[in-house]
This record gives sequence, C-alpha cells and structure tokens, in this order.
Amino acid sequence: MKHPRRTFLRFAGGAGALFFAAAAGLLKTASAWAAPWNKTAFEAKALAETLRGLGVSNPIDSKDITITAPDIAENGAIVPVAVTSRIPNTQSIAIVAEKNPFPLAASFDLLPGSDSYVSTRLKMGQTSDIRAIVKADGKFYTTVKEVKVTVGGCG
Amino acid sequence: MADPMKIRATLQGDTADVRVLMRHPMETGTRRIASGLVPLHFIQSVIVQHNGKTIIDAQWSQAVSRDPFLGVRVKGAKAGDKISVTWTDNKGDTRTDDVAVTTGA
Repeated sequence: MKHPRRTFLRFAGGAGALFFAAAAGLLKTASAWAAPWNKTAFEAKALAETLRGLGVSNPIDSKDITITAPDIAENGAIVPVAVTSRIPNTQSIAIVAEKNPFPLAASFDLLPGSDSYVSTRLKMGQTSDIRAIVKADGKFYTTVKEVKVTVGGCG
Repeated sequence: MADPMKIRATLQGDTADVRVLMRHPMETGTRRIASGLVPLHFIQSVIVQHNGKTIIDAQWSQAVSRDPFLGVRVKGAKAGDKISVTWTDNKGDTRTDDVAVTTGA
C-alpha cells in the first residue's frame, strides 16, 4: 500500500521544517554569506591608514603582479584597471588609487576555483599611482603603476 | 528591482572568461545637483558563484565607475556550467543574475 496520508504528512513536515529554517534566517542568500564590508579600510584617507585597515604588514615589492591600466586616462571617471597575480596561492587582490580621497577602490577575495585575475573600471580624481596588494600564503606583495589623469572623475 | 546585469562567460580551454556589466549609478556622494549633494549610493559587495559555489567575494568602494564592469576567470569550467553574480549596495538593494558558460566561438 502507498500510504498517501503518511507520504503527505512526511512531505508537509519536511516543507514545514524548511519554512521555519527560512523564517529563522538559517537559509541565506549568496549576499548574506559575503564577507562584511571593511569600513575601516574603505574610509581610510591615506595609504598607510588603508594598509592598516586591510591588515597589510611588510608588503614585498613583486614583479609577479601585473597592473594593466592606461599610462594616460582620458576620462578619470572610467579608468580600466586589471590585476594579474602570478604568485602561487594568491588569496586576495586589493586595488588602491593612492591619491583618491579614499584610496581603497576595491578588494577581491579569490577563493578556490578562481584565477588570480580581476578587471574593473575605477574613478580617479587625479594622476596617481595605482597600487595592487596581493595576499598569498598569508604574506603580502605589492606593485604600482602610475596612471596620468587628464580629466578627474570623482565629483 | 534594478536593471539586469549583462553577463558573458566563454570557455577558453578549461577556464571561463567571465565579463559582467552591471547597471548602477555608483554615486560618490560628492556630485552636486540643484537641490544639493546626491547621496552616496554604490555597490559594496559582489559575489561570483560557479555552480553554486562562491569563488569570488569582492568588496567595492564608491570609486568603482558607474555601471560597473567586472572581469574574472573561473577555473575548471565546462560548457553549461552556471555562473551567478550577486551585488548588494549600501542601501541594502541586491540583484542576482546568472548565465551558462558557453564555448568560445
């Protein structure tokens, strides 16, 4: 015999548990699992403060990080910046526009399954060094590239 | 609900080249209009998932350009795999879009 009532009750019980889990916030959307926004680092107004906020200590200059960005940006509101890291076990890449009012522009945690490469477009207020900071195996590496800005893009 | 993102994920060997164009004003809070300053309004968090697994967890500032572009690369991808992108902004608005990996051609 198929026991339709028992099947129904089992289904209803399961669905009920799911409902309570969702209501209790135990089921989270992707955004809910994201790392909390690093306010200290993003609100820092100078490079040293930014690095402290990111927990960066003794970054080593590295030629294994490539910053791809124009030498001269025509429009400071849209400056394409890409960063590639060839350092093994790269965990994260942070991009800093040193002369921006808030230098930290973006930070990317690269979890297993991602290549150590990110590309985006940033606003730059004025000619500045773009600095990439890579965390790999718990250590920090960095490199810079100057981008000249003819028309600033922050305001 | 915000405008949809445009996502393209094309296979190059066993790596998917993912390009995302999001629609968002990314206001810095310093732009002035007749009635005063336009308030800060920007995407703070971006998550990229491959077949449901988070592979990139990004935090952004208001310095990312309006209508943000994001390029990333996914290892070990196959045609048909699902790439999903979720952004959340400082007002708590959020948007998720996904796409299947296609072979580059």
